[in-house]
Amino acid sequence: MANFSDRLKETFKNLSPAKVGEWIQESQIYRSIFRIGVPDSDRKRMLVMLGSVFLHLHPVKVRKSGIRMRYTWCMGGITFFLFLVLTFTGLLLMFYYRPTLEYAYVDIRDLREQVPLGIMREIHRWGAHAMVIAVWLHMYRVFMTGSYKPPREFNWNVGVILLVLTLLLSFTGYLLPWDQLAIWAITVGSNMARATPFAGHEGPGAALLKLGDIPLVSNSSDARFALLGGRFVGEGALLRFYVLHCVGLPLVAGFLMAIHFWRIRRDGGISGPL
Amino acid sequence: MFIKEFINAITAPYFLITAAGILLFVSLKYPGKFYTNRSALIVFSGMFLFLGLSVIDPNFRKIVTKPDNVPIVGMLFLIPFFTWFALREAVRNDQRTAEGKPLIEQEETADKVLTWPDLVYTELICMVVLTVILIGWSMTLEAPLEEPANPSASPNPSKAPWYFLGLQEMLVYFDPWLAGVVFPGLIIVGLMAIPYIDTNPKGNGYFTLKERKWEISTFLFGFLILWILLVILGTFLRGPNWNFFGPYEFWDIHKLEALVNVNLSEYIWVKALGMGLPKNPLIREFFGFVAVLTYLLAMPPLLARTLLKRFYNTLGPVRFHLMTFLLLAMMALPIKMVLRWLFNLKYIIGIPEYFFNI
Ligand code: HEM
Ligand code: HEM
Repeated sequence: MANFSDRLKETFKNLSPAKVGEWIQESQIYRSIFRIGVPDSDRKRMLVMLGSVFLHLHPVKVRKSGIRMRYTWCMGGITFFLFLVLTFTGLLLMFYYRPTLEYAYVDIRDLREQVPLGIMREIHRWGAHAMVIAVWLHMYRVFMTGSYKPPREFNWNVGVILLVLTLLLSFTGYLLPWDQLAIWAITVGSNMARATPFAGHEGPGAALLKLGDIPLVSNSSDARFALLGGRFVGEGALLRFYVLHCVGLPLVAGFLMAIHFWRIRRDGGISGPL
Repeated sequence: MFIKEFINAITAPYFLITAAGILLFVSLKYPGKFYTNRSALIVFSGMFLFLGLSVIDPNFRKIVTKPDNVPIVGMLFLIPFFTWFALREAVRNDQRTAEGKPLIEQEETADKVLTWPDLVYTELICMVVLTVILIGWSMTLEAPLEEPANPSASPNPSKAPWYFLGLQEMLVYFDPWLAGVVFPGLIIVGLMAIPYIDTNPKGNGYFTLKERKWEISTFLFGFLILWILLVILGTFLRGPNWNFFGPYEFWDIHKLEALVNVNLSEYIWVKALGMGLPKNPLIREFFGFVAVLTYLLAMPPLLARTLLKRFYNTLGPVRFHLMTFLLLAMMALPIKMVLRWLFNLKYIIGIPEYFFNI
């Protein structure tokens, strides 16, 4: 017994944070996850970039001018980070939120009144606003450095679609709380679709499209109807917007972001003067 | 009191938009004078002072502290800041080029550094800072939740989400089919066309103004004046019935604006020719059609021979006509604005029977 307690004492005496760290790093579990270990040499720093799914978004080496905040303003990265934050908080919100006329508003109200210190909704809403501003600034930077010029024309176009998707995500999300702010903002926004040339029932040319006496484009068969799933912002619109907001649009946006990032690499990394 | 009334008066759309447009172009003409550290200090301390003093006013406070408007107040600072920053870098680079020195970016392009740690750590810090900001913001400002949705009680004003308020502002000047459908579509198409229209090989990968003056001026006019400024106008200065309200003005639902807008057809048939409006809409709107078709079809070849000749020569016919079409579409907005402000012009072509109003 004495022998054991002596050994224990000795073990504790030798126990320093550095030793523990070393022990962890040599364990099979750690090595199975982080193959390279602590990147303390240049060789390891390179291997680390190649070995990780997340880090391999980046090349191993980058131009010094390209990583300057004064050059990229970090805005693309900030947009991406905000998207991840929104995905995470949005997922949590989905646990509590039911997209029906009966529950939508009540669920949001309970979220605010029943959850102490709950800020998921706040983070989601302010993050969404911030993401819109960040995308604009990112586009602004890319324009001002002329980074859309060859060979990056295509990636600029992927970006423009991402911009539209960001606005649509925010637009569809805006309806979900189902309060006065929400339905009237969406009503005003979607009223525009009513005036689509030929495809909206108050659009120029729509009156020309008819079969005999029956108009083809009416208020229950036009572009706005397709958008809202009804003649006004109601049950159908809520469900449509919910599905688009939580599943459809994020999937498409995520997919396009993958292309966007891949193309940055293929087009020779962040732009810079030759 | 006097100052408040003065500010209420100069934020009227016609004045604000014109002044901002002139300021933009003058500053691009003399960038070395405008985009300096000193001018930034003056402008931004002025803005902070303005905001700080103005929040004392209850009407002003009410509108800037509305939860959804807070991010836009932030944008009010961010956009000018980055405009100043980008153009200051451009001015510096242009100076270096003139002196035969390498660009700011060029001093470091040859250097390749390891992504770990140089970039990864920056990103990490950036994410941590952003997380802290977001959490702080979310703890101090509660997300808004108004009364439950009620389809029969429309609030006044009914506003679209804030990033679409530029489009809603356009509704003052154009009908929904243009302001809400055609123009947004053209904005997207126009943005996508930029890399294919702009064949200037210079200014790729660094800030410059001199080498891309035309592109940058056009883009800044569209982005800053016709988009951002209109968003800000629509958010802070448009109240009930979409009437204009100065920043210190009370949002009075009963404020009346005299609506005396007149169609082009009335100007010509009734006022100039004294004949009364013809019955047939096509004859009635004859002059309007001539004006619009001249603008869209005759202007491009005219421009190709005169003002924009150098572009016609370098871009070739296809690119040139795409560019002028997009340009003319963009300029349609300021042109219609000026016509409205000066002549109370309502529609150039007005055929409400077919919802075809321009
Ligand atoms: C995968 C990603 C996302 C999921 C699963 C998601 C999910 C949700 C859910 C369940 C709500 C309703 C809860 C509520 O209204 O508080 C919501 C609201 C909202 N979302 Fe998202 N979202 C995602 C991404 C985004 C993005 C990228 C944006 C903007 C660019 C955005 C903007 C909004 C807005 C503005 C609201 C209304 C916020 C509020 O009033 O609380 N969302 N989202
Ligand atoms: C959801 C939206 C978007 C995300 C997450 C995103 C992300 C990024 C990131 C992380 C970069 C790396 C460089 C940087 O941070 O500046 C980048 C570069 C780039 N982005 Fe985006 N972006 C988005 C939208 C856009 C938009 C709206 C445009 C243009 C209209 C655009 C065009 C480009 C181009 C051309 C590059 C290459 C720039 C260079 O090489 O200097 N992106 N993007």
